[in-house]
Amino acid sequence: MMQITCPHCGPRAQAEFVYERTVDSVVALDASPEDAMRTLFTRDNPRGVDDEIWRHTYGCRAWMVVTRHRVTNEISAIRAVGPEVLP
Amino acid sequence: MINFSFDGKNYTAQKGDTLAAALLRNGIGLVGRSFKYHRPRGIMTAGVEEPNALVTIGEGGRTEPNTRATDVFVYEGLVAKSQNRWPNLSFDIGAVFGLAAPVISAGFYYKTFFGSAKRWMFYEHFIRRAAGLGNAPTETDPDRFSQRAAFCDVLVVGAGPAGLSAALEAVEAGKRVILVEQDNILGSSLIRDPQELDGAWVEATAERIRAAGGRILTRTTASGYWEHDLVTLTQRIAEPGQIPLQGVAQRLWHIRAAKVILATGSIERPMAFAHNDRPGVMLSQAVRTYVHRFGVVPGKRVVIATNNDDAYKTAHALQAAGAEVVAILDARPAPAGADSGLPVHNNAVPLSTEGARHCLKSVTALVDGQAQSWHADLLAVSGGFTPVVHLHMQAGGTLDWNDAAQAFVPAISRQNVTTIGGAADPKPVFKMVPVSKPKKSFIDFQNDVTLSDVDLAWAEGYRSVEHLKRYTTLGMATDQGKLSNMAALGRLAEKQGVAIHEAGLTTFRPPYTPVTMGLLAGAGAKDAGAHVRRLALYDVHAAKNPIWQPLGYWFRPRAYPAGSETLAQAALREAKAVRSTVGMTDVSTLAKFEVSGPDAAAFLEIICATTVNKLAVGRGRYTFMLREDGFVFDDGTVWRLEENRYLLTSSTGGADRMATHISYVRQYLCPHLRVSAVNVQEHYAGIAVAGPKAKVALSALIGEEPPRHMSTVPAVIAGVPVIILAASYSGERAFEIYVEASHAGAVWAACETEVMEQDGALYGLEAMEFLRIEKGHLVVGGEVDGRMTPHDLALDKMLNKTGGYVGASGLSRPALSETGRRQLVGLEAIDGNNIPEGAMLVTHEGVSPQGHVSAAAFRIIEGGSIALGQLTDGFARHGEELIATSPTRGQKARVRVVAPHFYDTAGERYRD
Repeated sequence: MMQITCPHCGPRAQAEFVYERTVDSVVALDASPEDAMRTLFTRDNPRGVDDEIWRHTYGCRAWMVVTRHRVTNEISAIRAVGPEVLP
Repeated sequence: MINFSFDGKNYTAQKGDTLAAALLRNGIGLVGRSFKYHRPRGIMTAGVEEPNALVTIGEGGRTEPNTRATDVFVYEGLVAKSQNRWPNLSFDIGAVFGLAAPVISAGFYYKTFFGSAKRWMFYEHFIRRAAGLGNAPTETDPDRFSQRAAFCDVLVVGAGPAGLSAALEAVEAGKRVILVEQDNILGSSLIRDPQELDGAWVEATAERIRAAGGRILTRTTASGYWEHDLVTLTQRIAEPGQIPLQGVAQRLWHIRAAKVILATGSIERPMAFAHNDRPGVMLSQAVRTYVHRFGVVPGKRVVIATNNDDAYKTAHALQAAGAEVVAILDARPAPAGADSGLPVHNNAVPLSTEGARHCLKSVTALVDGQAQSWHADLLAVSGGFTPVVHLHMQAGGTLDWNDAAQAFVPAISRQNVTTIGGAADPKPVFKMVPVSKPKKSFIDFQNDVTLSDVDLAWAEGYRSVEHLKRYTTLGMATDQGKLSNMAALGRLAEKQGVAIHEAGLTTFRPPYTPVTMGLLAGAGAKDAGAHVRRLALYDVHAAKNPIWQPLGYWFRPRAYPAGSETLAQAALREAKAVRSTVGMTDVSTLAKFEVSGPDAAAFLEIICATTVNKLAVGRGRYTFMLREDGFVFDDGTVWRLEENRYLLTSSTGGADRMATHISYVRQYLCPHLRVSAVNVQEHYAGIAVAGPKAKVALSALIGEEPPRHMSTVPAVIAGVPVIILAASYSGERAFEIYVEASHAGAVWAACETEVMEQDGALYGLEAMEFLRIEKGHLVVGGEVDGRMTPHDLALDKMLNKTGGYVGASGLSRPALSETGRRQLVGLEAIDGNNIPEGAMLVTHEGVSPQGHVSAAAFRIIEGGSIALGQLTDGFARHGEELIATSPTRGQKARVRVVAPHFYDTAGERYRD
C-alpha cells in the first residue's frame, strides 16, 4: 500500500484514495471522433512515469494529479485540481 | 509439565517446547505423510521452513490445518493430528501411490488436463481424496482478529545478534524503533549456539532497547513488504488452536517505516540423495537447536553430512549431550581443520539412507569414490545456507550471486531497506553436485518433487525456471520452496550448462509464512464485511414485516405480503392496486443531486446527453447519461426548481458511481463553471404515489391541485415542506414526494392514510418491476447494461443535437452506427410458457444466440408472459417469432418480437 501526500491533508495511506484514470485518457468535450477513439483505445501504457488522476475519496474527496513511476511506485509530484477561486 | 495429545494419544511436554520438540522428546519420529506419494515423513527442521511435519492443530472452528509442528508452542490441552493418512499414520493405504510414483511424476496435472476429459474424470476422484494436506474446518472461527497501524523510524526484522545490535544502535540514536521476532524468545542463532556470546547479552540488550523506548514484538512475523516501506506484521497472541485469553487470537500490523533493517539470517539447506526424506534425516542446525534449546537429543548414533564448518558444532553438541557421532561426511576434499577426535571422512557425500517406516537404520555414502555404510538413527545434514532475502525481494530489490557461499545475497535495494548479518553475508560452503540416483532424491519435500522430476521437465522441453516451477509444482507448496529452490536451480543450471545464477530466479511474494484468512479480514469479518445502509423509513417498513431485497448496501421492501401470500401473489396484488386504484412505495434510495449556480444548466448539459437549458422553471424531463465511449451508463430525471437551481435524479444502483462522475466533471473537467453540485441522496426521503386515484389522494394531502405530468411544485404535507415531482415509472398518473429524511415518517403516515382511503396498497420492488416492464421503462443494470447506445435503446431522438456532453465524441465513432447491433425489443410468449429471465434468443435450437431476455414479467391485468430483451437489429424484426431458451434451467418459450410497450402505448394514463 502506497503512501500518498494529499495536497490538502498531507501523507495518508493509499486505502483512503481511489485511482480514477490517467490524465491522457480524458476525452475532451470538443474532441473529434478520431481523437476520442485514440484517447479511448490506443493511448500509451508506459512502463515508467505517468500522470494519474486520483481522488482522496475516503478523506477530503478532493481530486489530484499524481505523477507516479508505475514500476517503482515512486511519486515525484502531486498537484491539486479543482475550481479556481472566484473573485 | 504440559499435557497435549497427538493422534488421540496423550503425551507431556516441557515448558517452552515446540510441538516438534515435544514429539521428539516422546520418541515420535513419524509425524506425517507426504503430499503426493504418502511417504512417511518426520521432523526435518526447527523453524518456519519445515516442509514435512505438518499437522492439524485445534478443534472445531479453531482448527488450523497444515501447521508446522516446529512453529507451534505446546500449551496445556493442545490437540494435534497428523494429516493425509488413512486409516492411520502408521499404516496408510495411500502409500501404495508411492509404488505408483512414475504415474504421477512431473507434469502429471498438465498431461492429464491436456489429455482426454475422460482421463481426468477417471483420475479426479482419487486425486482429490489422496493428494492434499489437512482439511479446512467447516465451523466458524470463534476468535477475533485485530488490526493495528504504527509508524517508526527504524523497523528491525529478526532479533538475532545482528538485529538486536542494530535495534540498540538505532534506539540509542534517538530513533523510534520496532524490533520484530517470529520466535517467542529473542536471540535466534544465539539460542542454538549459546556459547557464542555471553548468555546474558540477549536479555541485557533487549532491556536497553525497551528502556530507551523501543518496542519489541515477539511471535511476530514480518510477512509482507509492500510499497513505500509498508511492512505487514502478523502477531500471534494465542498459539494455533488455543483459546485466546483476551479474545484476540492474532493481530495484523501495518508498519510504515522510514527505514527497514532486515536481519533475517539464513535457512540451512538439505542435500539431495536417495531417500533423503526419511524420518531421522534432519538439518544439522536443527539438531543443535533441539539439543541446546530443548534438551532433546534426536538420535543416539549420528552421521553428519556437510559441505561447511558449521556442522562440526553439531558434532560437538551431540557428543556433549552423550550421543555418538559415528561419521562426519565432509564433501570437501581436504580436512577443514584440527578437529581431532571426530571420525571425519573427506571427499564424502551421502548416497542413500535405509530404514523402516518410523526410523533411520543406516546411511550409505560415497567416500573417495567407494561406497561405505554406517548404522545410525540420525543423519544431520548441512548443504549450505540460503539467506532469507524474501522481504528484500518483495521490496523490489535485486540479488547477487555469492560464489563462496553458493547463495544469492541482496544487491540493490529499491526501497529504504538494508540487509545485515547472515542474510547479507552467509557462511562459505563447498559446491556440491548430487551424485546419487535422482529418482528418490527429494528436493521439494512438501510437494514431493525429486531431482528426476526436474530431469523429466528438462527432457520434455521446459527450459525456464518459471516453466519448471509450474510444470513440477516445485516451490509452490505452503513453504514456498524455502528449502527447495536452490537445489532445483542447481539442477537446472547443470542441465543448461550454465552457472547457477544464470539459470534465473523465481519471484518471492508475500506472505513469508502462511497467514490465516481471518487475520486479513480482521474486524471486517462476518456480518461487518459489508455495511448496511438503512432507509429513513426503515422502521416504518419493518413494522409491516415485508420481504426485504438487498440492493447494493441498501435493503428495500420487495413486497408486503398479506396473510399467507407468496411473493408472487403479493407483488401481483400490489401491482393491480397501482393499475386500478393507487399504490405507494419508498423510492428514497434514488440518487439525487442538487445543482445550482449561474452555470447550472451548462453543467447539466455536460453530464446529461439531453437538453436541459430549455426547461422552464417548475418543469422536468427524462434524461440519460453517457460514458466517454458513447454507451448509456445511467438515466433519471432533471427538474428546474428555480431559475438557477435544478434537481437531478438517477438510478439507485449507480448512485455512488454517478456521485463520483459528477464530482469528476465539476472538479477536473470543468473547474471554470460557476456551479455547485451537492449529493442529496440521503438528505431527502422519497415516496412515490401512483395510480388512477393518485391525483385524488395527492389533492387531499396538499390541499391544492397537484402539478401536471412532468411538473414540480413545493408543497406542505402534514405540516412538513416537501417537493412534489409529477413523474411516472409505473405508467400511471404518479407523483414523487421528496421530504427531508428526518421528517419522512409523518409524510409517509399521511400518504398511507390517503392511499388506503382510496382502496390503495403499499407496493415493493417486485411490483415496481412488473409495472415498469409492462410499460417498457428501462432499468440500469438490466436493459442499460453498458453495451447499449442511445440508438440501441431508441433514445436517440432525445439527444442534445448541439453535442458538448460527455460521450458525444465517443458516440459519433462509426462502429456505433453500423447495423448488426443489439437493440431493445419487447417479447410476448405465444405458447403459454413463461419467458425465462436471462434466456437466450434463438431462431431455432442449436444456433448462436441473437440476443437475450433482460427482464420478464406478466401483463398485470390480462395475464400472459411478457419480457424486454436485446436482439440483433431488433427494431426491424417486430412480428418475428423466436425461441427464448435457458438450457441451464431447462426452460423455454416461443416468443413474438414486439415493440417494448405493452401498456398504454399512447401514454394517456399519466396525463389528466
